[in-house]
Amino acid sequence: MKVAADVAGRLVEAIGAKRVVAAEEELATYAIDGLVPSAIVRPASVEEVAEVVRLAVKDKLAVVPVGARSKCELGMAPQQYDIAIDMTGLRGIAHYDAGDLTLSVDAGIPLRELEIYLKEKGQFLPLAVPCFESATAGGTIASGIDSALRLQYGSPRDFLIGAEFVDGTGQLCRSGGRVVKNVTGYDLHKLLIGSLGTIGVITRVNFRTFPLPTTFGGHLAGFANSREALEYRSAVEKAGLPVANLEVLSPSVAGMIRAILQKSEEPLPPELERADWSVYSSFEGNEEVVRRIALDLDTIAREACSAQSRILQPAEDEALGGMLRECFEWLRWASPANVICRLVLPEIKTGFLTGLLQLAESVAPRSALLVRAAGIVYFAVFAEENDEVAIASLAKAVSRVNALARAGNGHTTLLRAPTAIKSQAGEMAGEHIDRGMQLRVKQAFDPAGVFVPGRIVGGI
Amino acid sequence: MRPSLIREMKSLLGAVNVLDKQEDLLLYEFDGSVEKGRPDLVVFPHTTAEVSQIVKLAGRYEVPVVGRGAGTGLSGGALARGGGVMIVFARMNKIIEIDVENRWAVVQPGVVNLDITRAVEHAGLYFAPDPSSAKSCTIGGNVAENAGGPHTLACGVTTNHVSALELVLPDGEIVRVGSKHGDAAGYDLCGLFVGSEGTLALVTEVTVKLARKPEAVKTLLAIFETIEDASQAVVEITASGITPAACEMLDGWTLRVVEDYVHAGYPRDSGAVLLLEVEGLREAVEGQAAAIAAVCRKCRAREVRLAKDDHERDLLWKGRKSAFGALGRVAPSNYVLDGVIPRSKLPQALERIKEIGKRYGFNVGNIFHAGDGNLHPIVLYDPRDAKQFENAVAAAREIIRACVEMGGALTGEHGVGMEKNELMGLLFSDADFALMRRVHDAFNPDSSLNPGKIFPLSKGCGEIRIKKKEAVGAKL
Repeated sequence: MKVAADVAGRLVEAIGAKRVVAAEEELATYAIDGLVPSAIVRPASVEEVAEVVRLAVKDKLAVVPVGARSKCELGMAPQQYDIAIDMTGLRGIAHYDAGDLTLSVDAGIPLRELEIYLKEKGQFLPLAVPCFESATAGGTIASGIDSALRLQYGSPRDFLIGAEFVDGTGQLCRSGGRVVKNVTGYDLHKLLIGSLGTIGVITRVNFRTFPLPTTFGGHLAGFANSREALEYRSAVEKAGLPVANLEVLSPSVAGMIRAILQKSEEPLPPELERADWSVYSSFEGNEEVVRRIALDLDTIAREACSAQSRILQPAEDEALGGMLRECFEWLRWASPANVICRLVLPEIKTGFLTGLLQLAESVAPRSALLVRAAGIVYFAVFAEENDEVAIASLAKAVSRVNALARAGNGHTTLLRAPTAIKSQAGEMAGEHIDRGMQLRVKQAFDPAGVFVPGRIVGGI
Repeated sequence: MRPSLIREMKSLLGAVNVLDKQEDLLLYEFDGSVEKGRPDLVVFPHTTAEVSQIVKLAGRYEVPVVGRGAGTGLSGGALARGGGVMIVFARMNKIIEIDVENRWAVVQPGVVNLDITRAVEHAGLYFAPDPSSAKSCTIGGNVAENAGGPHTLACGVTTNHVSALELVLPDGEIVRVGSKHGDAAGYDLCGLFVGSEGTLALVTEVTVKLARKPEAVKTLLAIFETIEDASQAVVEITASGITPAACEMLDGWTLRVVEDYVHAGYPRDSGAVLLLEVEGLREAVEGQAAAIAAVCRKCRAREVRLAKDDHERDLLWKGRKSAFGALGRVAPSNYVLDGVIPRSKLPQALERIKEIGKRYGFNVGNIFHAGDGNLHPIVLYDPRDAKQFENAVAAAREIIRACVEMGGALTGEHGVGMEKNELMGLLFSDADFALMRRVHDAFNPDSSLNPGKIFPLSKGCGEIRIKKKEAVGAKL
């Protein structure tokens, strides 16, 4: 406790008592993988952020920048965690040129607030990420989590056009700019995406915004098995239909969605009642485009022997789309202990999906599988107890998933695991990463190692 | 250059893959820019292993190395500013693998941009970034400069279409970054290396993403009496939320020069034209073309033509793509600038450019990617007239400064290279330079790879060691 008081005291000296919190019950809510910080700071300016980082460098303290703290469990457990820099107080809109479709905002602004703001001008940001209600713009970039709309709009690397951040020497740096096309200097802002706070405290992010479509549509097709579902998915891709997302849901995922929607009394597509494989797509544009895509999907689904194919009602589409955006959130709370892996594969084959489900069966009674765009598969294995035996079986599952992904020329990232096995399982999943190359970036940005040591696989 | 290095290089690669005579080297001292820098030795590797060995050998002799594709760059990125060994990738030009099903291809760096599309178009696919030099520029150079092109407005630039790279680091180590599919775990190194202008590593293999050809394309030519009306139309098209696949502007003066050469059907008496393209589903394209035409008419377009067929479409594009060649007919040399501004500032930017040109006694042409605010003012000059050249460079510097003042940036697609390194201070602070320098040094600690680029030489913290001769050519 003496150390804790000391850290808080030094922070108070540096930026004033109003910005520093050291109350135990509040510190506990900032814990990451069981590690509790000694102090929380809530800076009111970028200068204060820089001040805190410089202090941390001088006193060899470890800093973790946080936003809404909805995805702090991504990444490995920090090796040291002294100060949480809570960025939610910096939430201004620095610049918005609606006519140019460019936006520059402080890191702490919630995505929901941005959505409302942009909607007034008929625009939006294609960041459909989990915990959307609370997630901040800066935290979303740092987390690197997938947007459900990435099939059509790409990942943030395609629309983040610049950023400002405090580097590991406590200096405010910028990269990119506020224009949609720019090759001036190194694209350092791209390195912030998925950096989990390890190379800088993001203070501002600049985006290209997108016109809000006038009409939305959704379609759901059910199949007797995963082979037919994948054949349909492939046929949709080949048809060149511009769908915003195209997700294959295992029967258990459909079941979980059904249970949640029923409980919250939201519109439930009856197709999810049947325990088979489902493929959901959403699409947008003008009325004619939406109608055309819906009809084409229906035709393709029927040709692919879909047991049931239906164009969704707007309310059903909204409910289902919202569920898929939030999938990481409800998967992680689905059982007392679980692992969630994100696999990236060159090609998704039926045999592979079957293999995943079989290996899950051998260690735990329940699993869930969701195929997203760009060769991404979310795979969760659920243990019904949070005891040693259950956790050991989850570790076994990760090991096998990893082996399977490697055999399919893909790779795995561990999104969630019980703390006890996280480090071992995470390192295993991350064995494909070129540690030396990653380390060069880390050391250039953070020469003193002030930002969340150990957070990136490989002890980076 | 030490004779023993030349000897060793010849024994490593074979004499046919090494140039060391002055008359041969002379051909490699230029690129598409107004800069110059002659290498002491030019080598042509065939494999990644050879590239690694070349780099190691040059390192032993403490001689700098610079990579080069087709030399079509416009910022001096592929020039040997400090002399040394130039690695020309022209003979590493194989397409290694194509996966039509999953839409990617693995290619060597010397593959010509357009050849990727040619190799996959039978399957209804193409490589989206299309610089004007697509017929000759190489993918390795595109990666180094993060090249753009007219069709990057909706589709994105090179970095959005490259998923993995094989690289040779300045110490000869061979590494891979990115992931052939999906995305890689850890920091986005592929995103860092694309556009790093050959200052961090040499690219020896590129995995590109292939796009699916759209179902329908419509090409429009909107003809305006004044350039002000044309730029207002661009502002309004952008603000209306329509993203055309391409939105190019040619001012009246330039289009007359082009028309005399290409006979594309551009109206010689107009103030400016917009060449617009929309693509996608038939249902989307119809509506978008109609909406664009309506905006143009609202902005006082004299006429909006719709290309009737592929032949008409090709002709309109031929005019645009041959513009720089056409300009060669009216002046001994031209200096193509590359600035970028917020699109809402387009009318003001063109006004400033005109005023600056006038003050220096130049008629500045404009032929550019209006849709993404990427300006290409062209200053025509005679390089034999030293004063004129000096003025051209001074005018260029003022125009770029004006872009930055309007909230823009130094370069939209040509790169910083040795053309704009001294202007970097307009955008970046000492802290920015310090970080960029640390990133540079993390991969290229001795500045042995492509020295004298990107970073200002005049600034203390941005200092870069040039081991051999001093830079030649114009410095902005």
